[in-house]
Amino acid sequence: MKRSTVPQPNGSARDTACYIKKKDLNREPIWGGKEPPISQLDIELTERCDNDCIHCSINLPENDAKAKKKELSARQWKDILKQAADLGVMTVRFTGGEPLLREDFADLYAFARCLGLKVILFTNARGITPQLAALFVKMPALEKIEVSVYGMHRKSYEAVSRRPGSYAEFLRGIHWLTKSHIPFVVKGAFLSANKKEIAEFESWAATIPWMDRPPSYSMTFDLRGRRDSPKKNRLIKTLRATPGEVIGILNRHMEAYRREMSRFCRKFLGLPGKKLFACGAGRAVCVDAYGRFQPCLSLRAPDLAYDLKKGTLRDALTRVLPKLKKASAVNPLYLKRCSRCFIKGFCEQCPAKSWAEHGSLDTPVEYLCGIAHAQARDLGLLAAGEKGWEVSAWRARITKMK
Amino acid sequence: MKLTAKAGAVYAPSGDIVAREIEGEIIIVPLTAGIGDAEDDLFSLNETGRAFWKLLDGKKTLAQIARTLAEKYDAPPARIEKDILGLAAELLKRRIINEKKSF
Repeated sequence: MKRSTVPQPNGSARDTACYIKKKDLNREPIWGGKEPPISQLDIELTERCDNDCIHCSINLPENDAKAKKKELSARQWKDILKQAADLGVMTVRFTGGEPLLREDFADLYAFARCLGLKVILFTNARGITPQLAALFVKMPALEKIEVSVYGMHRKSYEAVSRRPGSYAEFLRGIHWLTKSHIPFVVKGAFLSANKKEIAEFESWAATIPWMDRPPSYSMTFDLRGRRDSPKKNRLIKTLRATPGEVIGILNRHMEAYRREMSRFCRKFLGLPGKKLFACGAGRAVCVDAYGRFQPCLSLRAPDLAYDLKKGTLRDALTRVLPKLKKASAVNPLYLKRCSRCFIKGFCEQCPAKSWAEHGSLDTPVEYLCGIAHAQARDLGLLAAGEKGWEVSAWRARITKMK
Repeated sequence: MKLTAKAGAVYAPSGDIVAREIEGEIIIVPLTAGIGDAEDDLFSLNETGRAFWKLLDGKKTLAQIARTLAEKYDAPPARIEKDILGLAAELLKRRIINEKKSF
């Protein structure tokens, strides 16, 4: 057998740091430039929540026995997590509903970590107990926990959560995270009950050691993804920020925002064409509480779901991902507007939003279109009354941005 | 404290990490706190590191592993052993491997 030459690391042969190095997955993907089958698995452990937030697009009551009975068991979740790890997935995100409502959350968390998965947890923090904090200390998630904050005071918080006592429990959860030095970040929901607390919220957020930028906000609230409640949808529509409010929030750190947008526009604005899934759908995929695979966390269209109780994650990828690659818009209105709109990069319009609003994948969402146009006007990319799909010399406008 | 690896000692992957092989790359994922310098550090081994890792079975001494690698690659055993001792010390320091004591 031909002998090979000992492979030498860069630099000194005796510099052991060259044999083992830190791995930054963002800068140096594992898959050597190839697309991994999936980069992240979002697991919606339950749709139930201990809050009843006025703007929520998914929540069911905490004690919804019917929903609870349909949820996957710990054994089924572990099987899916194992399949994900075998496919090379590095990160799993536990979300909901409120994932901490699951009595087996700690077991599932530890199982995921023992598979070598990094864990992102989306939570309202009400269920953070000393025991759970101790687990996060002993077995760190390797990603920051993301806590949703609905208000800085009991009155404002509970006007959104609609659960008496929820504010005190949220504070207690934050206390345990802070006391245990567990990395977490906070994010807000911009609603009439807490609008006046933005400065206070941001001052507090700045004291959290792991916040490396100002908090993000939900402002343009999604309608119910399952299209299950016209009444709730009507309420959500009334809660959405106006274009002026969105611009106000975006401009609150104006210099940094303008600088970032200048870079963003040069990189991401342009004519999108009729391809429907130009987003991360299919790279970070989701499994809902009942074992249905979906291309992303928001998209509930049944035609793009796959029942993992009847097949594997690999089967789901094989069947669903080709559909995403092929999916093109056919709606004449979408083709006339969105496919030719150079500011589509600003617009949150996507198949998931279109599905929630209209029950189709390619119908423009007027509210989101209005927000994107307001943002483009604010940045000097559009004149008053002008539409993004009417501008042919859009490249020159982007170039002129400071 | 500087930890020294011993040529005559036996080492094995520690229970504080999970080693995942993805697309031929070995990724060391911390399971407990304090393995990396930052909370979210992961580690990767280069080709020599991977060859070492695959021989790290909790049975062979470092000297035996070094001899196997010297046989596999065309390199002087003494140099390989020196490199292996350095690598093992780094892995020990980070609690990525443990010494297996014989009783």
